Amino acid sequence: MSEIKINDLVVKFANTNGTGSASANNMFAKAIMRMGIPVSAKNIFPSNIQGAPTWYDVRINEQNFLGRRAGKSDIVVAMNAQSFVADINNVCDGGYLIYDNSKQLPETLLRDNIHFLGIPISSICLKEFQNPRQRQLFKNVIYVGALAALLNIEFDVLKTLVRDQFKGKEKLIAPNIFALELGHQYAINHFDCPINYRIERRDLIGSRIMVDGNTGCALGALYGGATVVGWYPITPSTSVIEKFASYCQRLRIDPASGKKNYAIVQAEDELAAIGMAIGGGFNGARSFTATSGPGVSLMAEFLGLAYFAEIPVVLMNIQRAGPSTGMPTRTQQSDITACAYASHGDTKQVLLFPDSPAECFELSAMAFDLADRLQTPIIIMSDLDLGMNDHLSPPFQWTDKQKYDLGKVLSIRELDNMKQYGRYRDVDGDGICYRTIAGTHPNKGAFFTRGTSRNQDAVYSEKSADYVENMERLTRKFETAKHYLPKAEISKGLQNTKVGLVYYGTTSQAINEARFMLQQQGIPVDLMRILAFPFGDEIKDFVDHHEQVFVIEQNRDGQMRSLLITELEINPSQLDSILNFDGLAVTADAIVDGVQAQMDQQQQEVI
Amino acid sequence: MSFAKSKFHHKALPKNELGLTYRDYEGAISTLCAGCGHDSISSAIVHACHELSIEPHHIVKMSGIGCSSKAPNYFLNNSHGFNTVHGRMPSVTTGANMANKNLKYLAMSGDGDSASIGLGQFAHVVRRQLDMVYMVANNGVYGLTKGQLAATSDKGVKNKAGEISLFNDIDLCTMALQLGASFVARCFSGDKAQLVPIIKAAMSHKGFAFIDIISPCVTFNNHPDSTRSYDYVQDHITTGAITDYVPIKEEITKEIPAGRFEDICLHDGSIMRINKLDADYDTSNRMKAIIDVEEHKQRGEILTGLLYVDPTSRSFHELNETTETSLNQVKQDILCPGQRVLANINDGFR
Repeated sequence: MSEIKINDLVVKFANTNGTGSASANNMFAKAIMRMGIPVSAKNIFPSNIQGAPTWYDVRINEQNFLGRRAGKSDIVVAMNAQSFVADINNVCDGGYLIYDNSKQLPETLLRDNIHFLGIPISSICLKEFQNPRQRQLFKNVIYVGALAALLNIEFDVLKTLVRDQFKGKEKLIAPNIFALELGHQYAINHFDCPINYRIERRDLIGSRIMVDGNTGCALGALYGGATVVGWYPITPSTSVIEKFASYCQRLRIDPASGKKNYAIVQAEDELAAIGMAIGGGFNGARSFTATSGPGVSLMAEFLGLAYFAEIPVVLMNIQRAGPSTGMPTRTQQSDITACAYASHGDTKQVLLFPDSPAECFELSAMAFDLADRLQTPIIIMSDLDLGMNDHLSPPFQWTDKQKYDLGKVLSIRELDNMKQYGRYRDVDGDGICYRTIAGTHPNKGAFFTRGTSRNQDAVYSEKSADYVENMERLTRKFETAKHYLPKAEISKGLQNTKVGLVYYGTTSQAINEARFMLQQQGIPVDLMRILAFPFGDEIKDFVDHHEQVFVIEQNRDGQMRSLLITELEINPSQLDSILNFDGLAVTADAIVDGVQAQMDQQQQEVI
Repeated sequence: MSFAKSKFHHKALPKNELGLTYRDYEGAISTLCAGCGHDSISSAIVHACHELSIEPHHIVKMSGIGCSSKAPNYFLNNSHGFNTVHGRMPSVTTGANMANKNLKYLAMSGDGDSASIGLGQFAHVVRRQLDMVYMVANNGVYGLTKGQLAATSDKGVKNKAGEISLFNDIDLCTMALQLGASFVARCFSGDKAQLVPIIKAAMSHKGFAFIDIISPCVTFNNHPDSTRSYDYVQDHITTGAITDYVPIKEEITKEIPAGRFEDICLHDGSIMRINKLDADYDTSNRMKAIIDVEEHKQRGEILTGLLYVDPTSRSFHELNETTETSLNQVKQDILCPGQRVLANINDGFR
């Protein structure tokens, strides 16, 4: 009898796209959370609607190591004939394969070192359900019921989940619970339950919620006061707008008139999407769009206009694997350079890097304040992993004391009291000028916004001095931005060390585990998470105070490293890259292996 | 370069209801070529806005890129304006309109801007019925890049360098009609008597109002081989109807002889009075308007005047059922659901 593992395992569900498995798999993950145990879920899906293989990885870990785990899975639920052979091979030694044995498995597929647990799922469904769609859907629910028995998950937790999930659709509750019971009972009757992997109730979740980052972005925009949205559907950003629209329908309808306090247009393309957002920003409404890499490419010209004409606008970039169409349903952090310098000429854009759904909420809401304060585009750099997968996250937080920062917008009274108004006059010396909104004053404050060069009074000018002054002021404004942006988070280890790891965004999920593993191997590390570009002074300080700094990124070219070198004038030899760009979320093992390989190599070079 | 005009004006200049003279509706001194048709359009806009007594700060001037798109700098100094990117003015105007539906959006574009790089955005802003006046200063040539053929150049014409247009032209009026524009007109920049009332009516119309204005380019497209030259247009222009505009507050006293005159009540209650030169012309027949434009073109003629109007049209905001207050004025306490609601939302994720 092998060792019993409690609350530390990976369960992989292998399904077929379009069979309705995601909600059953999610029910499984949520049940773990409701038993007080940290859990993460990653949906690995193809760029296809129906029929292709899809996987759903659930990691359960008491130590809160919730990044993607490298290597094989402890339990694989293999429901897809297309990927069956690979799925069998994906079970770790001593692990379990749960499969539909309505048809007998060919002996050639059997492995000696894993447990095969066959459940006649199709036969059960055929017998118990009349409706063809139910027969399909409840296959997924049956294996969740069986897993509950095998892992010792409290059945009442599952029943409550079903009741919560189908609130308002009560007819669906009884058949779902019945399907769960079918699987549960079959497992109890036929297997030695519970198996060597078990779930035991804990109290380790606290106030955390389980939600995806795109929902965080959508709610952040709602709470941040966004009213104008232009968008064009593109994976993995689409659900940002769909969820924003859905929350608006609930929360932004004027109770007296029944009319909408928002406007959303599905544009004809990404060019129009950001054009609309910029038009809204120009006219004083909080406006945004959401897209992914190919959309950012199309939006680049407009981003340059908004930078130069100084229009507030928010762009949510849910990154996926590029270049070109790349892998539309796989994750990456590879739009750093494209966004930081989006558009031609000397252009610099403000970037924010959330690492959790809660931070998607917080930074999205903050982005509208920043856009108005700085009068420039603010780009949220999320990614598919953060945006579309469910994560354990601190709850979304808002206090009613928070007031929108509308920045330097002149009222009719202020204009009346002004002797002279000039749109691009740096009155306060911070590079941020005062703007006026159309319709404010009958004869003061009107100006012509343009992407061409102009003087301080917004009058077209090709004079070199006017152009240079304007460009230098924009640089000054970019410096000012640092005062409003979140600082990098620095976490010193328990021991003094000269090794630092720099990371951003979703790498957070793997970083604590990587640090733990490195510590075990005698390599203590300090951590720094970058939250914003332009970079604050603390970032250069961190690099300067460590002899060896690794920049961990989910792209091929070390784009953040390049940006750090360029912007902070860091000697390239001070920064090493650890890169993961296979389209899947980075693992702690990859980080540890990267650090070790680089250290070994450098040691070799010294010898 | 833009130069400020002198504010001086003769005391006897007529004032409108707001006490403003037409000088109060002017812009910077034009830097377009002397004789450019676009300057005539600017002048017509100044007169139209002055005569309508619209407060200049309630108008937003929008444009893309090109000679035409520079023009908004040369009228309505007290209005905000936005010279956006090439061909993408419609989307920016859409966003601006979404943010504040209580202003008037006066957009100026060109043939390159609207019929080439911006054809997609042009088509979509028409079908969205955005409440705006969309004018194309159509000279059939690329002026700022010095004389290349445009997508509106007639097939077979030569540009100044002798290059022949091999391809069919795009007729923006028939496109606008086909895509559902509720107000479509074609004018000649040299005919101010025709242009001013059309602009006034377009500004009183709710929904998408399109005016294609033949606006000769004196530098690159005013040669004998051009079908957009002053001479050619003056020799081949046909007017379907003479249009007059009667503001809401002006008493309507004119007798209307049956069969020749038609009054159309616009959304704000003002009247568009149409004196039909062609007794069969029907401004409410979208299909016939398309055929009429094409038939005139086949004969080498340019049909001008109001081609089509739907006085019952609904605007983008009406279709979308947005609130009466402009969205840029809605306050935080309305927009933000607050921490108590968020606590409930959080509970849903547990």
